[in-house]
Amino acid sequence: MNPTTIMLVMILVPLLGGLGLMFLPRGNDSAVRPFALAYTLLTFALSLGLAFQFDWTRTQDLQFGFFHNWVPAFGLKFGFGIDAISLWLVLLTTFLMPLVVLGSFTAVKERAREFFLWLLVLEAAMLGTFVATDIFFFYICFEFTLVPLYFLIGIFGSTDRLRAARVFFLYTFTGSMLTFAGVLYVAWFNTTLDAATPFTGAGVWSFNIVTLYHAAAYMTVAQQSWVLLALLAGFAVKVPIFPFHTWLPLAHTEAPTAGSVILAGVLLKLGTYGLLRFAIPMTGVALDPVIGPVPGALVHFAPWIAGLAIIGILYTALICWVQKDIKKLIAYSSVSHLGFCVLGLFAINTIGVGGAVAYMVNHGLSTGALFLCVGMIYERFHTREMARMGGLASVMPIWSTFMIFFCLASVGLPGLNGFVGEFLTLLGAFTAGNVLGPWYAAVAGVGMIFGAIYILYMAGRVVWGPTKIPTDDHGDAHGHGHEVKDLSAREIGVLAPLAIGCLVLGLYPTPFLRSLEAPIERLTEPARLMIAARASNQARDAHLTDIMAEERALNEDGMTIIVPELPGLAAPPAVAPPAEPER
Amino acid sequence: MNMAEKIAGVWPEIALLLGAALCLLVGLARSVAIRRFTGWIAAASLLVAGWIVAAQVCNAGGVIGLTPYIKLAVVAVGLILLMVAAAVPVQLKMTRDIEAGREPFEPGLVIRGEFFAFFLFSLTGVMLTADASDLVWLFLALELTSLPTYVMVATSRDRVEAQESGVKYFFLGAMAAAVFLYGFALIYGATGQTSFSLIVDAANQQIAAQGRISPLLTTGIVLSLLGVAFKIAAVPMHFYAADVYQGATTAVTAFLAFVPKTAGFVALIALLGLLPDGYVPPAITWLLWIMAALTMTVGNVLGLMQSNVKRVLAYSSIAHSGYMLVGLLALHGSGDALGNGTAAILFYLVAYGLATIGAFAVLGSLQARGEEAETFDDISGLVRTHPVLAGVMLLSVLSLLGLPPMIGFLGKIYLFGSAIQHGFVGLVVIAVLNSAVSAVYYLRIASACFFGDSEGHTVSTPGISRPLAAGIAAVAALILGFAGGRLVSTARDAGGFPTGRNDVVTTPSQPPAATTASR
Repeated sequence: MNPTTIMLVMILVPLLGGLGLMFLPRGNDSAVRPFALAYTLLTFALSLGLAFQFDWTRTQDLQFGFFHNWVPAFGLKFGFGIDAISLWLVLLTTFLMPLVVLGSFTAVKERAREFFLWLLVLEAAMLGTFVATDIFFFYICFEFTLVPLYFLIGIFGSTDRLRAARVFFLYTFTGSMLTFAGVLYVAWFNTTLDAATPFTGAGVWSFNIVTLYHAAAYMTVAQQSWVLLALLAGFAVKVPIFPFHTWLPLAHTEAPTAGSVILAGVLLKLGTYGLLRFAIPMTGVALDPVIGPVPGALVHFAPWIAGLAIIGILYTALICWVQKDIKKLIAYSSVSHLGFCVLGLFAINTIGVGGAVAYMVNHGLSTGALFLCVGMIYERFHTREMARMGGLASVMPIWSTFMIFFCLASVGLPGLNGFVGEFLTLLGAFTAGNVLGPWYAAVAGVGMIFGAIYILYMAGRVVWGPTKIPTDDHGDAHGHGHEVKDLSAREIGVLAPLAIGCLVLGLYPTPFLRSLEAPIERLTEPARLMIAARASNQARDAHLTDIMAEERALNEDGMTIIVPELPGLAAPPAVAPPAEPER
Repeated sequence: MNMAEKIAGVWPEIALLLGAALCLLVGLARSVAIRRFTGWIAAASLLVAGWIVAAQVCNAGGVIGLTPYIKLAVVAVGLILLMVAAAVPVQLKMTRDIEAGREPFEPGLVIRGEFFAFFLFSLTGVMLTADASDLVWLFLALELTSLPTYVMVATSRDRVEAQESGVKYFFLGAMAAAVFLYGFALIYGATGQTSFSLIVDAANQQIAAQGRISPLLTTGIVLSLLGVAFKIAAVPMHFYAADVYQGATTAVTAFLAFVPKTAGFVALIALLGLLPDGYVPPAITWLLWIMAALTMTVGNVLGLMQSNVKRVLAYSSIAHSGYMLVGLLALHGSGDALGNGTAAILFYLVAYGLATIGAFAVLGSLQARGEEAETFDDISGLVRTHPVLAGVMLLSVLSLLGLPPMIGFLGKIYLFGSAIQHGFVGLVVIAVLNSAVSAVYYLRIASACFFGDSEGHTVSTPGISRPLAAGIAAVAALILGFAGGRLVSTARDAGGFPTGRNDVVTTPSQPPAATTASR
């Protein structure tokens, strides 16, 4: 099959399959489950097919490009295309979904039809976000993920679900409305450009991502700053970056297990993906008509955002430490972990951003698995309070093994996947001279230690120690006096693939990381070149100090960029001309 | 333009008027079987009017100008509204009693004839508003739109609240009419003309002579805008909306939410068209800016505090007027894709109309404790008893919220994109924040339907037409979201031409496109 067709079918299978569930005969909800599993497995198979057809020698290109005109008068298109970053996130999504569906077989008893409908629709929306090459197509899918999760939390969540669903929706919706305005602004700015501006799509209404990268480069730094803030409004809430994280613990604790897994595993990554795909390439460089390329808003903002990320890492790690509810602890640990991811992104070098993308995938696997583990406990004991359980290693050895394994993956034990991302993001921040620097890495590194403390503290209380089985309100042990059941074959089938994934990506991440290099270099190129230029310029300033003291006074801001030293940037287009996806 | 040509343009209105007259006659028939035909006659006359408009559009080679677009929209949405309203006379106790033979036939108590006739009169008024090329015509057309609605509000429900709303609506409407009539008088005083094209000429002369238009003309336009703001329920003329929408029967509320609002926006576009091209006095820009910001903020904030879904939707309708006022600021746009405020408003009217009618129709299809469903409790747990209606409600509120991929999202791109194009970035930021606020109450509706406990409601209206209309409206809002390209380009073609003025200089031999291109 043609890879483009595969991509379309991959998105349509969960969407149409989910809607098809509504037409299964009434009153027979058990039939819904195998159907839902079949659809997600088929989607996974299709995404593997896509990965096999993908040309791994040019991972930076948006391959299998295809578009369908949506509203030609606005230049709106349904544009598809994937590079390696998108592909890995697509694989993460399609890999997690069957496991989530399988994991929810017994958890959802009522209204199962709706549950799997929303789950499948959510999968389609997430896949759409990752393959979009048109910014409004991305935005549509990005926004539409809210609706299924709103219902998953609101209908199937625990006691405070209504508030959680509402807060989740409103918080993220508000942020992304500002992103909407920002995107419109960039697209409008593009139309004001001369049609002779040297990139495809200049001067007309277009929402093609690559066109808008170029267009944004022609903005002034002040304009870019507003655009960056607008993009951050949507994406920082989604990630979430401190202090916009307050919706997340609530949503996580109230959501059903499947919702938490998808939320932590994939949906949070929409935020970091958005930052990487839009904010970083768009605002990396500003082409000043007089003095040529100057560092864009991103370069000015990066230390501040990284600072917020570090505050988030430490602050939420401390919060984790005092949690009593296991699920809440893992929810906060997500915020802390995503802080590393953001730190890596705003190091704006290949190592840091590569580490961030690796972190996105790895966090999806390990935290998703932790939420599944907690869900299995909750199904048995109907509580998640650490104080009420202990020593589960003796009664549930298989579960305990998995739990410890994923905890270690999550804290970044070398050899498991979490380590790769964490190490690379810190290394990226450390070596990001002129943007971040060793201090950023050092302080964030403390977060790693905190992370190990709270996760192992939790694991120690729950898995080891004197055996304590939670009792219900009547004082009876759950399971009605019977021995607590360890994991069933189905549950092992859910966790084992995740464990294998963690192990493989931990032991041999090289192909994975190598495939990310090229697309990341392309996306960060404008910003990296400007940072390098600023560094050399500052060195030159220092040099000038020695010889010409008076001239130095003119350069006191240390920011003036000497253009001719940048062969790659002197001639427009300043941004590397990436392949047009609509070939 | 002579009278014969003008009449040639208003054949659709003539068809509707004839249909209305026939409705009045048939509605008085002694036999119930014949009286039941009134609804069908109304539908038939709408179809005939639609057919005539379609023929005119084909002759002209496309939807050229605002007039045919509005007429087509009125026919299409009018048919949906008719389906929603078809059961209104039967819902009245007196009509039911007489038709079941419990009471003797009394022509004054059977409202079938009047109701459908007034329905058609009001739609005729909107179409005539779109035709207007003269202040007097515009005034009469606006009043023809509004007067029947006062009666429809008062007579369509067995409750005293409906009459209270009718009276309130009538007096405030009359006051608004006085305000814009005063404005018209000042415009006439400033220019000595009532014809739009001649007023524009006079304004151009003023600009040539003094570099600005006279304060009298500005005042006239400002007063006219404020008066017409009543029709669209914009601040400061919004205060009637919630009470009237709540008091009227839900089918009529749906009518109020679309029909007078459409006429109002057409009139506003025409009034701003009186200004010379590219020249808007700062006073008017500021007036519209403040009105837009206040209207959407007031609508959304007050919408948060309601416990009655009809009132929520009333405030949502106010807020949407605010969004469309943003487009009004971008009115003097090029014929570009995004950037033409007229086209954006035309598109948004349809987007808003479909979604809001869908929501009201779902509400009207439900009955709780013998009354029409109104409160959040009444629709609580709807998904358990009527999953399809709950789904329709969800689609409607999502479209009103502007969530992609519904048509409301395209409408927002169009409006806000046009406003950004004209440099109103601050207003767009206010608008998107308002959209975020509106999510609170739209989600309340959705969560009542999907998360609440069922209270036991029944589909109240006899027949399937009202739920079916809700379904059609909501599905159209979804499909047009995905396949909106055609509607967008139609709206663009329609909005690319100034109102009222093009037909003055156009002779039948000359295609309108040529005239406007020369402008």
